[in-house]
Amino acid sequence: MKPVSFAALLTAAGLVASAPALAQDASDPHAGHDMGAMGAMDHSMHQMPAAAPAGAPDPHAGHDMGAMDQAAQSDETARMDHSTQTDHSAHMDHAAALAIPDSEVGNAPPPPVPTDHPADAFWDKARMMRARAALSREGAFFGNALILDRMEHRSRNGKGGYAWEATGWIGNDYDRLAFDTQGEGTYGEPLERAEVRAAWRHAFDPWWNFELGVRQDFGHGPDRTYAVAGFRGLAPYWFEVGAHAFVSNKGDVHLRIDAEHDMRLTQRLIFQPAIEIDVAAQDVPELGIGAGIEKIELGARVRYEFAREFAPYVGVHWERKLGRTAGFARADGESPSQVSAVVGLRMWF
Amino acid sequence: MAGRNTGGMLSGESIALSIGAARFGVGRRSAAAVAVNGSIPAPLIRLREGQNVRIAVTNTLAEQSSIHWHGLLVPFHMDGVPGVSFPGIDPGETFVYDFPILHSGTFWYHSHSGMQEALGLYGPIVIDPAEPDGAAPFEREYVLMLADWSPTDPHTQLRKLKTMGGYYNWQRQTVGGLLKGKDQNLKERLEWAKMRMDPADISDVTGITYSYVINGHDSEANWTALFAPGERVKLRIINASSMTNFNFRIPGLAMTVVAADGCDVQPVETDEFQIGIAETYDVIVQPNEAAAFAIIAEAIDRSGLVRATLAPQIGMAGAIPPKRRRPILTMRDMGMDMSGMDMGQGGEIDLSKPANESMDGHSMKMRDLSLAPGVKPGPGVATISPMPADRLADRPTGLEDVEHRVLTYADLRSRKPNPDRRTPSRQIDVNLTANMERYMWSIDGQTISSGGQPIPFREGERVRVNLINHTMMPHPIHLHGHFFELVTGEPGNRPRKHTVNVLPGGKASFDLTADAVGDWAFHCHMLLHMHAGMMRVVTVRAAGDAA
Repeated sequence: MKPVSFAALLTAAGLVASAPALAQDASDPHAGHDMGAMGAMDHSMHQMPAAAPAGAPDPHAGHDMGAMDQAAQSDETARMDHSTQTDHSAHMDHAAALAIPDSEVGNAPPPPVPTDHPADAFWDKARMMRARAALSREGAFFGNALILDRMEHRSRNGKGGYAWEATGWIGNDYDRLAFDTQGEGTYGEPLERAEVRAAWRHAFDPWWNFELGVRQDFGHGPDRTYAVAGFRGLAPYWFEVGAHAFVSNKGDVHLRIDAEHDMRLTQRLIFQPAIEIDVAAQDVPELGIGAGIEKIELGARVRYEFAREFAPYVGVHWERKLGRTAGFARADGESPSQVSAVVGLRMWF
Repeated sequence: MAGRNTGGMLSGESIALSIGAARFGVGRRSAAAVAVNGSIPAPLIRLREGQNVRIAVTNTLAEQSSIHWHGLLVPFHMDGVPGVSFPGIDPGETFVYDFPILHSGTFWYHSHSGMQEALGLYGPIVIDPAEPDGAAPFEREYVLMLADWSPTDPHTQLRKLKTMGGYYNWQRQTVGGLLKGKDQNLKERLEWAKMRMDPADISDVTGITYSYVINGHDSEANWTALFAPGERVKLRIINASSMTNFNFRIPGLAMTVVAADGCDVQPVETDEFQIGIAETYDVIVQPNEAAAFAIIAEAIDRSGLVRATLAPQIGMAGAIPPKRRRPILTMRDMGMDMSGMDMGQGGEIDLSKPANESMDGHSMKMRDLSLAPGVKPGPGVATISPMPADRLADRPTGLEDVEHRVLTYADLRSRKPNPDRRTPSRQIDVNLTANMERYMWSIDGQTISSGGQPIPFREGERVRVNLINHTMMPHPIHLHGHFFELVTGEPGNRPRKHTVNVLPGGKASFDLTADAVGDWAFHCHMLLHMHAGMMRVVTVRAAGDAA
C-alpha cells in the first residue's frame, strides 16, 4: 500500500493561460451582510403556508410564531418598532433585495400525485414492481437486541448472592415484542425470586412506549402469572422510566415504578443511580406481601465501558421492605432492610 | 485485496465495469468489500461533453446491485436507482447504460443498492468541456475522493444505532468536562437535558469505527500529489462518504473555489470549507515553495481526519495539524433563531449573548406541530424547529469561530448566468424530520415504507423548495436528475447544485426548474438516514399528463 499518485490524472493541462477575468465579480456584495435581519426576513417566508394568498408586506410577520404567547409577540413587535429605524430598516431593505420575497413567489396549486410509473415503459413491468416493493421494504427496519443490563454478585453480611436484569426486543420502529427478566437468590439456596415478562411494546410518542403483556414469577412461594400494562420511555433529563400495573391470576393488583439515569463521569466511566418502588393494592400473605408500599430498592453503580457491549461495574444495592411487607419479613426471620455491595457485568448482543 | 485505483482511467464511448466481492483494508483492519474492476475507489471515468457513452455493468455479486451517475443529467431510466428508474442489476446480469454526456464537471458514481457504497462501490467521474475553457487555468489536476471506511457492515451500524442513538459518540459531555469548565455550563446542560437533546451529537457514525481515506489511503499511507513550485494545481474534491461530512483545508495554502457540484462558480478564495456528503468542489491552489503541504479532510465532529500530501517530490508528508475541539451545538442548531428576537434593543443585535437568556419568559415548545403543517406526527418526529433560520450564509457546523476564511453557500456565484430566471410559480416546504433516540429519519414524518407519497412537479414549472431541518444534524439533501439554484445572493447567478447541506435547525431554499420528465430519487445522502427513510420519489410529468 505504498503511496502512488493518480498517474493518469497528471495531465499537465496547460490550457489557455489567461487570468480569470471574473475574479472581480466573485465577492458577493452581501457576503458580509448582517444575518440577523435576514433571519427575521426568512421567518416571514417560512410562516406563510404555501397556499396562502400572496402579499405579506409586514416584515414582522416572521415573529408571529405559534410557540410564542401573544403577550410575548406584541412585546416583541413593540420592541422592533421602537428600534432606531435607521440601521434596522436598512437591513430589512437589503434582505428584501437579496431574495425574491415570498410575496412574489406564486401560489399555483401543486399537480396531483401521479400513479403511473414511467420506468415501466422501459423495463419489464413485473421486475419493476418487484423492485419498487424491494425499495419500500428496504426502509422498513426490522431488528433485535439483547441487553444483559445487570449480571451481578451481591454480598451482604458475609453471605454471597446473585441478581440479574435483562431485556431484549425484536421488531420494527413502532411495534416490538419485548422481553424482560429479573431475579435474585443466595448461593446454595433455592431461587429466591424471578420473573419473566413478554410484552407488546408500542411506540406512541417520540419518547414513550405502551406495553401490554404477561409476567410469570418463579421462586419462593407459589408461582404466579400476571397480566401487565404500563409505560416505558425516556423522561426529561434523560431518565429511563417505567410504570407498570400487574394483575395476577388470583386477582391481586400491584404497581411498580422504576427509573434510572446514566451520568457520564468521563466518556467511559458511568455512574448509574436507580430506583424501584413496588406497591400492592392488597395483602398477599402467601407471597409475603402487605398492602401499601411493599418495598423500595435503590442502586448506585459505576461501570466502565470498555465497549458499549462490555462494561463491568461495582456498586451498592439497598432494599427496604415497608409496612406490612416488612412485618411478614420479620416474621420470617428476615431483616426488612438489606444493603449489599455488588460487582457485575453489563453486556449487549 | 481490492486495488486502490492507482491510475486506472476509463474513457471512450464504450466502457465495461464489473462489480465484484473484494476485501479492503486500512491499516491493520480489513473487511469484506465491494469493488469495481477490482478497485476501491472504482476507476476514474473520464469523458467529454457532447459524446455518447455506453457503460456495460456486470454484477458478479450474490445480491442485486446498481450504479447511479451522481450529478450527471441522464434520462431518468438510466439514473440507476432500483425501484425508481430501473429494476436494478441482478446477480450475474449485465446492464448497459447508454446516455449522452450533456455537460462538463466533476461528478461521481456509486451503488444505490443495499448500502454498497459504504463497502467501497464508489468512483469519480470527470467530464471535460467540449471546448477548452480558459477561465480557471491550471497546470495539473488531481481527483481527491474523500470517504469513510469501517469494517463494521452498515446494516450492523444501523442496528446498533437503533438500540442506542449515541452508540458511536465517544465525545459526549461529561461531569469531568463540567468540572474543568469545558463545553456547556451547568444551567445550559440542564436546559438541554430537560429537552432530551444532546449538544454533542454531531455525527452518528464516527472515528471510533471509521478510518477516513483519500483515494482509499489513510493518513499513514499518505496519498501524495506532486507539483512543481509555482504551478496552479486543480483539485477535484468529491465526498463519497457514507456518513461523514468533512471540513477540508490545506494549511498554508489558500484555495480558490472554481466549481461546486460540477457547475462553474466565479472564483472565490477561501481557507477552509465543509463538504457535505455527495458534494463536489473544484479548487485551484498555487504552492510557490518546494514544501510538503498537508491536505486535511477532518470529520466535522473531529473524531478523526485523514491527511494526504501535496509535495514537490514523493516521500514527503505534510504535517498533521493539532486536533481541534469537538463542536458543541447551540440554540440556532435547535431551530431557535435568536438573532431576530434580540433585535430592536437600540437597534443592536447581540449574538454574543447566550441565546437562551432571551428565552426566559417565553414558552418555546420544541415540538409544536402547528408550525409544520405538512409533517405527519408520530414517534419518528421528536422535534419541530420553532424558528428555523435561513442558514445558507451561515458558516457550517463547527467552523463558526475558526479564525481564517470559511466558505459559505452565500459566497458562491454561478459563473454562467442561471438558465431560468422566472419567479417560482409556487413553493413547497420539505420537512426533514427525525428522532435521534429511536434513530428514525423521515421527510415530513413519513418514509417510503410508511406510505410517503411522491413529491409531484409539472414539466417545466419553476418551484421554490424550502428544505426545513427539524433535526440537530446537517443533512446533505440530493435531488437526482436536476441542478437547482440555491436562493442566496441576487438572482441571475445563483449557485447551481445537485446537493445542499441543510444546517441543523435551519432552512435552505432552492428554486427548481422541473425540466426532466420521469421519476427521480430525492434523499438525504447520509446513507443510514436514506436507508432509514429520509427519502422520497420526485415525479415530473408533462402538464395535464398526470395519470
